[in-house]
Amino acid sequence: MAIDLTDAGIARRESIDHGTLAGLDELDTPNGAPRSTINAQRMWAQAWPRLAALVLALGLWQLVVLSGWRPEYVLPPPRAVAGALGELLGDATFYRALAVTMGRAITGFALALVIGGMIGCAVAQSTILRRAVGSLITGLQTMPSIAWFPLAILLFQLSEGAITFVVVLGAAPSIANGIIGGVDTVPPVVRDAAHVLGARGCTLLRSVILPAAMPSILAGLKQGWAFAWRSLVAGELLVILADRPSLGARLDFARQFSDAPGVLAMMTVFLAIGLIVDGAFNCLDRRVRRRRGLLGAR
Amino acid sequence: MTAINIRGLEHRYGAGGAPVLSGVDLDVADGEFLCVVGASGCGKTTLLHLIAGLDDPSAGTIGLGGRRTSLMFQEHALFPWLTAQRNVELALKLAGVRDRQVRSARARELLSAVRLESHANRRPHELSGGMRQRVALARALAQDATVLLMDEPFGALDAMTRDLLHDELERVWQERGLSIVFVTHNVREAARLGDRIILLGSRPGRVLEEFPVAIDRPRRIEAPAVSALATEVTMALRSEVSRHGH
Repeated sequence: MAIDLTDAGIARRESIDHGTLAGLDELDTPNGAPRSTINAQRMWAQAWPRLAALVLALGLWQLVVLSGWRPEYVLPPPRAVAGALGELLGDATFYRALAVTMGRAITGFALALVIGGMIGCAVAQSTILRRAVGSLITGLQTMPSIAWFPLAILLFQLSEGAITFVVVLGAAPSIANGIIGGVDTVPPVVRDAAHVLGARGCTLLRSVILPAAMPSILAGLKQGWAFAWRSLVAGELLVILADRPSLGARLDFARQFSDAPGVLAMMTVFLAIGLIVDGAFNCLDRRVRRRRGLLGAR
Repeated sequence: MTAINIRGLEHRYGAGGAPVLSGVDLDVADGEFLCVVGASGCGKTTLLHLIAGLDDPSAGTIGLGGRRTSLMFQEHALFPWLTAQRNVELALKLAGVRDRQVRSARARELLSAVRLESHANRRPHELSGGMRQRVALARALAQDATVLLMDEPFGALDAMTRDLLHDELERVWQERGLSIVFVTHNVREAARLGDRIILLGSRPGRVLEEFPVAIDRPRRIEAPAVSALATEVTMALRSEVSRHGH
């Protein structure tokens, strides 16, 4: 077929091309139900495996108690622990202890975030710093937090400072490593694109590199939180301050009074807090990944 | 006026390495659409990176006369955590547009220029390959560059989308009076788009032959004149490639 190169022919062809382009855009754009739709079936599909695991664990626990392996004053049944937990939740002093512990956790984690973040950014950007302290950061990450307490107590005596010191040392290396690892995985084409656009120095780091590394940074933050929480509980068991009631202190008191239901109730509280924070990090992680198209439709 | 003036350009990766490019002399006129073809690994991408300032040449000079350059990559290279609108806004911010409202309005204009205003709030993974490259084009235009460097930007697209994007690119080029250096493997694409085609030889990369494209616009990729020129360039390219087989 001959191509019409008159003005009218060109105009007609351009009109068809615009329509074709819009049609292609429409056909190429994903459609379907919004991803965030929440329905009862989906919630049940997510909840039942967890509920089943919980019921199984409680059943096994009850079986061990019934077997008489240990007397009930040492290993109480789930019902006794549930009763102790109920009493704990109805006690106003528990919430004061919870506030103290969570305050320490947040303060320690925030400090670790600042220190680990600065170290991570500096090491990720400098070859010399990486050679100097890169492996040391990984070494610090593997060091058990309890090993820091003798030094912490020597440096800060039995004080808030000792607990904070260990919490920060527990979390900061993971946060720094998360940033270093994340920056290393930024695709070269993203760096090149940023360079071509004129991003340099701090602007490059803030506007492109750190956002690009965010999934790995979040993984580092999550691991940092886990280390901070472990360090904090260990610290509260070792450093008990008279005017600062804490969850760790209550756990230690329950042990000293041979209150096994109380010990297990406090452990349940620690577990619940850990699960809640982990759930929050997972939500954040899913959100970040979904925004980048890194999550499937499931 | 000459937009790009390249003299005696040489580039090696690492000291003592074999030259990737050697003795490249090239002028690109203001408003010219230059296509660069050559075998894989002949240094086409390196040439663009050197002009864009992503790398420094081992020898020779690249004169731009103060013109700003912008580079479009083989992959779209959009930032996946930002929407199409925000990708363009970030480019504007980095180009020195400080006022947020001005950035937002200009980003809308640029997305409109590539007919994507209705997809401004979508993220790259929610767009097709062709749409991503159009966002990348809008982002490149946001830099107010007069020299646009394009590294096989349509190589991964299907034939129909590529054909439509040729029309879009041609329209944007003519409206804005850009100088474009367009690297491609596709000789027919070069004949469809270029004012001139240069063939780069391999090992080392150098300008082997130039082909002026004396075909009236608007052109169609299936037009006989485009096919005839593409055949001529392909023969020269095959001759160069076969030289390395002996």
